[in-house]
Order: sequence, then structure tokens, then C-alpha cells
Amino acid sequence: MTAPVLDRAPAPETAKPTIEWAPALRGAVRKLDPRGLVRQPVVFTVWIGSVFSTVLAVLEPSVFGWSIAVWLWLTVLFANVAEAVAEGRGKAQAASLRRAKTTAVAVMEDGREVPAASLTPGDRVVVVTGQVIPGDGDVVEGIASVDESAITGESAPVIRESGGDRCAVTGGTTVLSDRIVVQITSKPGETFVDRMIALVEGASRQKTPNEVALNILLSSLTIVFVLAVVTLQPIAVYSGAGQSLTVLIALVVCLIPTTIGALLSAIGIAGMDRLVQRNVLAMSGRAVEAAGDVGTLLLDKTGTITLGNRQAARFVPVGGATEAEVAQAAVLASLADETPEGRSVVVLGGGAVDRPAGAEFVEFTAQTRMSGVDLADGRQLRKGAAGAVQAWVRSLGGEVPGEVGTSVTEISTAGGTPLVLAANGPDGARVLGVIELKDVVKPGMRERFDELRRMGIRTVMITGDNEATARAIAAEAGVDDVLAEATPEDKLALIAREQEGGRLVAMTGDGTNDAPALAQADVGVAMNTGTSAAKEAGNMVDLDSDPTKLIEIVAIGKQLLITRGSLTTFSIANDLAKYFAILPAMFAPVFPGLDTLNVMRLHSPESAILSAVIFNALIIVALVPLALRGVKYRPGTASALLSRNLLVYGVGGVVLPFLGIKAIDLLVSLIPGIS
Amino acid sequence: MASWLQVAVLVVALAVVHKPLGDWVARVYTSEKHWRVEKLAYRVVGVDADSEQRWPTYLRSVLAFSLVGVLLLYALQRLQAVLPLDNGMAAVEPSSAWNTAVSFVTNTNWQGYAGESTMGHLVQMAGLAVQNFVSAAVGLAVLAALVRGFARAGTDRLGNAWVDVTRSVTRLLLPLAVVGAVVLVLGGVVQNLSAGTDVTTLAGGSQWIPGGPVASQEVIKELGTNGGGFFNANSAHPFEGPSAWVSLFQVFLILLIPFSLPRTFGRMVGDRKQGFAILGVMGLLAAISVALLSGFQAGALPEGQEVRFGGPLSSLFATATTLTSTGAINTQHDSLTPLGGMVTLFNMMLGEVAPGGVGTGLYGMLVLAVVAVFVAGLMVGRTPEYLGKKLGRREMTLASLYILTTPAIVLVGTAVAIALPEGRAGMLNSGPHGLSEVLYAFTSAGNNNGSAFAGLSANTPFYNVALGLAMAFGRFLPIVLVLALAGRLAAQGRVPVTSGTLPTHRPLFAGLLTAVVLVVVGLTYFPVLALGPLAEGLS
Repeated sequence: MTAPVLDRAPAPETAKPTIEWAPALRGAVRKLDPRGLVRQPVVFTVWIGSVFSTVLAVLEPSVFGWSIAVWLWLTVLFANVAEAVAEGRGKAQAASLRRAKTTAVAVMEDGREVPAASLTPGDRVVVVTGQVIPGDGDVVEGIASVDESAITGESAPVIRESGGDRCAVTGGTTVLSDRIVVQITSKPGETFVDRMIALVEGASRQKTPNEVALNILLSSLTIVFVLAVVTLQPIAVYSGAGQSLTVLIALVVCLIPTTIGALLSAIGIAGMDRLVQRNVLAMSGRAVEAAGDVGTLLLDKTGTITLGNRQAARFVPVGGATEAEVAQAAVLASLADETPEGRSVVVLGGGAVDRPAGAEFVEFTAQTRMSGVDLADGRQLRKGAAGAVQAWVRSLGGEVPGEVGTSVTEISTAGGTPLVLAANGPDGARVLGVIELKDVVKPGMRERFDELRRMGIRTVMITGDNEATARAIAAEAGVDDVLAEATPEDKLALIAREQEGGRLVAMTGDGTNDAPALAQADVGVAMNTGTSAAKEAGNMVDLDSDPTKLIEIVAIGKQLLITRGSLTTFSIANDLAKYFAILPAMFAPVFPGLDTLNVMRLHSPESAILSAVIFNALIIVALVPLALRGVKYRPGTASALLSRNLLVYGVGGVVLPFLGIKAIDLLVSLIPGIS
Repeated sequence: MASWLQVAVLVVALAVVHKPLGDWVARVYTSEKHWRVEKLAYRVVGVDADSEQRWPTYLRSVLAFSLVGVLLLYALQRLQAVLPLDNGMAAVEPSSAWNTAVSFVTNTNWQGYAGESTMGHLVQMAGLAVQNFVSAAVGLAVLAALVRGFARAGTDRLGNAWVDVTRSVTRLLLPLAVVGAVVLVLGGVVQNLSAGTDVTTLAGGSQWIPGGPVASQEVIKELGTNGGGFFNANSAHPFEGPSAWVSLFQVFLILLIPFSLPRTFGRMVGDRKQGFAILGVMGLLAAISVALLSGFQAGALPEGQEVRFGGPLSSLFATATTLTSTGAINTQHDSLTPLGGMVTLFNMMLGEVAPGGVGTGLYGMLVLAVVAVFVAGLMVGRTPEYLGKKLGRREMTLASLYILTTPAIVLVGTAVAIALPEGRAGMLNSGPHGLSEVLYAFTSAGNNNGSAFAGLSANTPFYNVALGLAMAFGRFLPIVLVLALAGRLAAQGRVPVTSGTLPTHRPLFAGLLTAVVLVVVGLTYFPVLALGPLAEGLS
């Protein structure tokens, strides 16, 4: 199992996200309004340049002037398209969520009917079969099966009942049977669905801290380049090589980091969107960024690291019985045992066989603590807790050899659960062997933890088991540390301790007693099946309630940051080629020696400048899919990631525009007014 | 062959000395004990040497100290005629006095005047030589504060500016200067209080032979990466640079402290490899520069070069003096080939970081490292951190403003000078070469280098004032930003290093940082270089 985290299990319907270009284009045109663009300093700078160059083209019309003006507007438009495409993908999800919100009236406990939108926390409403739950809340009376597919996409109904950890219901979900009384916990307009809609639409999107920091760096580079060009003009005039304003604007636009400036917000939206596609809702972009920084993962043992139940792993024959004999007896004794443990014994013993005729099965009870079968030939087989079965053998006059106790102890010490298997027949009662049940680590977990370790992430397994059992499973799964016999207070203390050392902590949780820890963790993923308190405390909600997804969330966070960094590098690296295109074009007519810098042998000054501008615009569109998808991320050490990304986006960023501008120049030189 | 030998001797000497010296400097800034002479100084000034300062206080101390320095130096020059030891020199003209005062306090040592015919011995010794020490000490102090910002966690204290400045002088600059001066005197550099003597030459003519405390000023001029020569001809004057080996020794003195400081940095942050990586970047940039300049100068006419010692040593000196913020010269950079001259220009445009001035060079490089880490850090999938410090919005604001400041000063200054008649009046050449001269002047002033391209009559009120402003802004704006950054860093906790952390001590990162320095600078200045030295050199 060496497949990278992100290649694993994407939701099938979103595996190949398509880009809806047409509505995105309409959205992009609407975004030309400068009031919105001010938030993106780099794009806004291009917008100003576009306005100026248009005015200049009107005053002194020329093919070159108009070409530059048009392509500058296209640059702004393409930047908007990137954002609009990213937002558009959330719109469809928002629309389906809105449909879920259509309950107009709610029935109060006293029978009054009130508008659902006016419900406030503390109101108690009654919901019966077929009705839509009007708001988020906790079930305070009754039990019901609820269809949550409107939110989770999962069609199997879930049980919601008062008290305990399954009391939370979400507004917009439908009661399929029975009657419940729900106490509302959300304020009007702030329900879970409302927040989901806002999130997927990107309406409530705020710039994340790292995005802000990057924007500052980009703005600073923009100012440097604007200054470099503004001060260039008097110097050029002195040199007898004064430039037209159009050319200077073109130079500025080519130099400022337009590529990353244009794609930055699309990258952020797309990062959130990738989470949504995996059915995870991040309540803030900050949490997604934090996910990339996570240094410690707290993972619950059961269901995350191990399969939910213990399974038979080994038969230990005793007293001269053969392993085949033990296996056969174990299968017979477990045929009627429908528990996962029982089924696993059958599987280990070679699979199910036909039920022998006349056999009578003995059910497990809390009193006997064993189960088994009485066969027609009078033989009795029993399997169960070591003490109970040994007592049974002794009560029938059988001997229990010392090796039984030895293997029972050995198995317990190693973290397993021993079951003793015994038979009573014509030749007396005897112990046949011991069955070892143990926690089975999910396949592939060790590889994943190795991956995480290479990424510099420490994994801590949380379990209620005792220390010895916990350590044994931890060693098998390959986690770095365990927190055994964990109480909620222990969890909280562990998180605080890790954070004190400067590590960011991620965890999942569903119970109300997880809430403090979820709130304390930097990335707290609440299971959708969990209580409202847990969902309120975490900063992400996993609609699939799959705790393993934490690992994917970390990968998505990292991918978001890598995409940002790689495209920034690419954007800046592009400048080199643009200089080699534009500077000789500007100054070679006056200083012929500078034509040696025209390494691309571009056709004419006009075609060179226009080609650089066109390349600058087209590269944005070309990179939109990459920005939305995120750059390829394979878990590895920081060094490995850096060398790879530097090679692809740094060196590639230097080389590609030389080829691109040359190719465009070959086409542009065919335009009559340019050549 | 001889030239490679010179380079080899220099590299070996630096390699040997940088470790003990770097370790010593680290002790200077971390030791708890005060020397007796220092205690005396603290008592005189009224400083509580054991109380540490927050960054705004540290900044105020540094700025106040520099302001007093400017005022004193200005007064000394204006009043020199009525003060003793004036050697008959008149009061210095106001704009020139302002320019010189700022120039020496900012460790630039741009000299708009001719030393031997303007400044008496009192100004040279009590004014200029003193600033040669303390301006270097201020640079070191600011560096110490920034390094403490990286080294410390969860505190708002950055150390004590007065202590750092004092110790830089008493424990580092003075002892080294004494040793260096003795070596220079042995090598034939003049050291006396003579006002000069008239001698009759062999041919029967009369010649005035100047004298003065040259060696003592020469040594700190280089050690402190100051560059202000006793004579107008600077180190090309035979009394400043009497022989080839003295010239080479001077290059050694120039590079000595700047190349030792990365070691200090590594020591203080508790990871010597980090210092070594920075040293590697500085060394690589310097090597590229030496190679380029030697390449462009190969076969060039020796006019304007230090012909006594040959072209290669001239190139080496020119590289060293522009890569550090020294600005001492033994060659007229104006006379280098256009592309060779461009290398010296580019050296300064790097922001004086390879290795740069004492203190200033390393803090500039560390800010660039912050920028490099920010971009590269994202590429490894973490929000960026350097030496366990997160680089967030505030940190990046300060770093971004830092890399914006000097280019803004240089480009705006050059454009204004070129556009105004007052600016053009000083240009002795026309065309690209004239542009190079003006560009060089503002690059030198803005980056606090102090060397001149020559060919520009800069001792005019316009240039005195404009370059004075460029020097002041180029010095103090970055200091404000660096100290604010130091304050932010010190206040942060520390993120532990894991295999997911961007390693900043490996060749890969060193290469990346080198590329960032070259690209950021190259992209900023490419257009203006194209019109100046490139236009001239490629025609």
C-alpha cells in the first residue's frame, strides 16, 4: 500500500471535476468592478493599467496600442475567471443545500405553528414522520430514524434519540419514522446548513493568515516593479530612448506577479472545495492552513487504527490436540455465533461448513460466559472466557493442563483476548486449545504512519485499553505514541502539552466529552454523527464520520500551501524571459548592442512586447486547472518536496516563457499592424 | 597565476580566522560580565547595563546615538577653524559638512570632499575615526539584536543597545584595530601628526608630502567596512597602500569581520550549520562576483587601476570593497570596463549582503533568508518558518518593506538626479557612462557603501543633500524594520524541527537563497543597468 494519500478514495462523482467555463465567464465580467478588485492588489494594478492603455489607444489609435489594451483587459478577465470558476463549483452544492432548507413552518411543543426562520435557541419543536427538522438541535424526547442524505449524501437512515451521544439533529434533514421533540440550539440564519451554504459559495470567505502574508509580499514586489518602471522613464529620456506610456504599462504588467496574484484566491477557494468534495466542511480557511502545519495527530484506536472489533488471529492447540482438530472444533462451536468475533473464528478455521444435523447450539449468556454446540453424537463443544470454560471442564471431571494458563497469560499480555475451546465426549472433558482474538490493525495503516513520519507528523493513538494492550497495538500499527486508559481530561492535557512545544495538534471526536479537546486542538474534526457540542467545538465537520479522514485533511492542507508556493515561484521565475523579450525591444533601437539580449530573436519590438503581454495573460488561463486541482502532492520529507517543486516550478518557470513567448511571437508577427 | 595565489591566500586566511573570531563575537554578545572600562563608560553615560530593552527602546537608543553623532560631526567640521589641530583648514561648507556627517555616521563614508585638503587632524581623529568605530559598532549591535530575536523565545527583550555598541568597540573593533594598525605601520603606512612637509625633489622641483595619523584610520576604515580614506585617492595613495601585500592585507581586513559573523549567528542560535549555510551563500555570491569581474577585466587597459600591483589585485580589491559596504578603493571603478563596472554596481545592489558591512551585511542577508524561506517553505506544505519562527503577516510586512526600501531610494534618487538640471550638471560624461556614474553614486549612498565611480562632481549642494538623504534613509529605515522584526521574532515561541520542516542548512536551501538574492536584485535593476553599463558594454 504505497499509494499516496490523496489518490485514495475520492468521491466517485467528484473524481473528475469539470470546469464550467460559460457561467464563470459571466461571473468574471461582473467582477471587473474595481470596488471588488481592490482586495487583490496585483490584479487591481493590471486593471488600472488596462484603463490607461485603453484611453491611450483611443487617443492615438494603432494596432499595437489596441492589441495591448485588449490583452490587458483579458489579463484582468482571466484573473476573474479563475476566481469565478472556483466559486462556481461551490454554487451547485449550495443550490442542493438550499432545497433542503425549504421547511417554512415549525410546530412548537404547545402546538403553535411558527415560521422556521424565527426559531431561537431553547425553542422546543415537535417533528413527526415525514417532516423536515426545522433547525439544528438536540433530541430531548423520543427516538426516530432520520434521513440525513440532504447533507451527507448518505442514503441510509440514522437513529437519533434523546440523551447520549446520538441526540444531535441537523436542520434540513427528514424524520422517517416516529416522533421526536427537538430543542433548537442554533440562532436564526446561523444553522449548520446556512453555514455550509456560505462556505461552499465562498461568500463568507476571509483571507487566511498565510494568504494575507503572501499578498503582502506580492504587493511589495508590485511596488518595486512599478517603481523600477516609473523611474526608468526619466532615465530613458536622458538616454534618448523615452518610451510610450503603453509600453511602460505593458512592462509593469509583465513584471508584477500577475500569475500568482490572479490565481491566489482561486487556490484558496479550491482548497476548501477539495475538502467539501471529500465531505468535510471546514468552518474556516484558517483551519485548512493549520492542517498543513499539523505536527501531532491524535487518532482513536477503535475504528481509526483498528477494525471495529477483535478478530480471531491464531489457534493454540493444547494437550496433544492437532491444530486441524482445534480449527474444526472452533468452526463448529462458532457456526451459530453471529458476532463479528464468532464470524472471524469461522473464517480463520477455514470457512463455514454445513450445520451438522441434530446439532443444538448454545447461546452466549452473561452468566455462562461461553457458547457452543451440542452435537447429535453427544459431543459438546464450548468456547468462551478462559475461567468459565476451564471451570466447565473441571466440573465434568476433566483435567486442565498447565499450558492452557500459560498461553492465556501470554495472549493477554500481548494485548489479545484469549478464548478457551473445550470438548466433552465419550472420553471425558478436555481442553482442545486456545483461540487468540486480537485487535486487527486496518490494512495499510503502518504505511500511512510511515508516510506521516516522513512528513514530520507524530501520531498518538488514543484508547481506553490498558497500557500493555495499547502498547502492543501501537507497536503493530507503527504509531509513535499511545495514550492508554484515556479520559477526556487526559486528552486535553496531552493536546496542551504538545502545543506548548509549538506543535499543532489535530484530532477527531464525536462525544460531548470530546468537545473541550476538539476546541483546544488546532484542527478539530467533529464527526457528523456526533453531538452538537462536539460539532460546535471543532473547526471541521466530517459528514462521513470517518476518523481516518484526518490524514487526508492534513494532505489537503499541505497541498494548498504547496500550490501557493509553487505558483509564486513560477510567477516570479517567469519575469526573466519577459525582460529578455521587452528590454531589447524598448532600447535596442537606440543602443543596437542591446539586441544581443534578444536571445529569442523576436520579430520586432512591437511583436516582442505584445507576445510577452499575451503570454502573461494566457498562462493564467493555462494554470487555472492546476490551481483548482492543486499541484501534485506526494508525502515525503521537506527536502524531497522542495527539490521536486523547485525543479518543476522554479526551473520550469524560467524556461517555459522563453518557449511560449517565442511561439506567440511567431503568430503575432503575422498581424499586419504589428510586423 | 599570482592573482589566484592571492585569492587562495585570502580564502585560507579567512577560513582559518573566521571560526575563532566568530565564536569570540558570539561571546561578546552573550557574556554576562562587564569589563572595568565598560562599567566606567556606562557610569559616565548613565546606563543601567544589566537592564535589557524592548525593541522600541533599543531602536530609540540606536537612533539617538546616531543623531548625536551626526550633530557632533557636523559641529566639528563647521568649527574646525577655531579648534586646535586644524592644520590651517577652513570651516567645511554646510552642505558638504552635512553630507560628510551623515556619511560617516551611517557607515557609508561617501566622501564628497578631498580628505587631505579639507579636514584637519582633529576632525580626522576625533570625528571621522571615532565614527569609523562607532558606526560599525551600531551595525553590529543591530545584528546582535536580530540574532537574539531568532535565538530567544517568548520574550520582549532584545538586549541593551548601549552595551552592545560599547562591547563592539572595546572587545572587537579596538583590539583588532590595534593589531591591524601595527601591521600596517610595519608595512609602511604613515602614522604621525605632521601637517605635511615641503620637500625638494631630485629634479629640483618642490613637492608637498602630506602626513598624519593614516594607519590608525586606515585599519578601522577596512575593519569596520567604512571606507573613508585619509586621502582623496583612498587606498590607491601610496601612504595608505604602500605595497601589494599591504593591499592584500587590507582586503583581508575588509572581509574579516563580515565573513566571521555567520559563525557568530550559528553559535548564538545554537546551530552552527545555519551559520555555515549563510556563509556558503555569501561565499558563493562573492566567488561569482570575483570571477565575473576578473573575466570582464581580462585584457582591459590598465588606466585608472592600481598599476603598481597589477589588474587582478585591483579587481579583487574592487570586488571586496563593493561586496562589503566598505567603499575604500585602490582603483577608479570608473575606469573598469563597462561590464566590470556593472559587477561592482551589482555587488552593491545586492544590498551589501555578500558578506556586506559589519553587522549590516548579515542582517540584510537574514531578511532575504526570511523571504526565501517564505516562498520555499510554502513549497514543502507548511506555513513557513525559519529557525523555528513562524513567518506570518507582520514578519512578512517588515521583510517586504525591507527589500523595498533600498531599491526605492536608489531608483528614485537616480531618476530625480537625471531629470533635474542640478543633477545633470555634476555629470562629467554623457550617454550610458554618465548614467552609470549617477546610478553608482545613489547605489553607493543608498546601500551605505561609500565608494565612488568617479566622473561625477558630487561635491555640489544638490548631490551633498540628495546623497546625504539617500545615505540616511538607506541606513535607518532598514534598522527600524530589522529591529521591529527582531522584536516580533523574540516574542514568538519556537516551533520544533521535524522532517516536515524546511531544512535551512543544506546546500539546496543555500542555492535557493542565492537564487532569490540574484533574482530579486536582478529583476529590480535590470532595466536601469540595461541603459547604463549594459548599453555601454554591449555596443
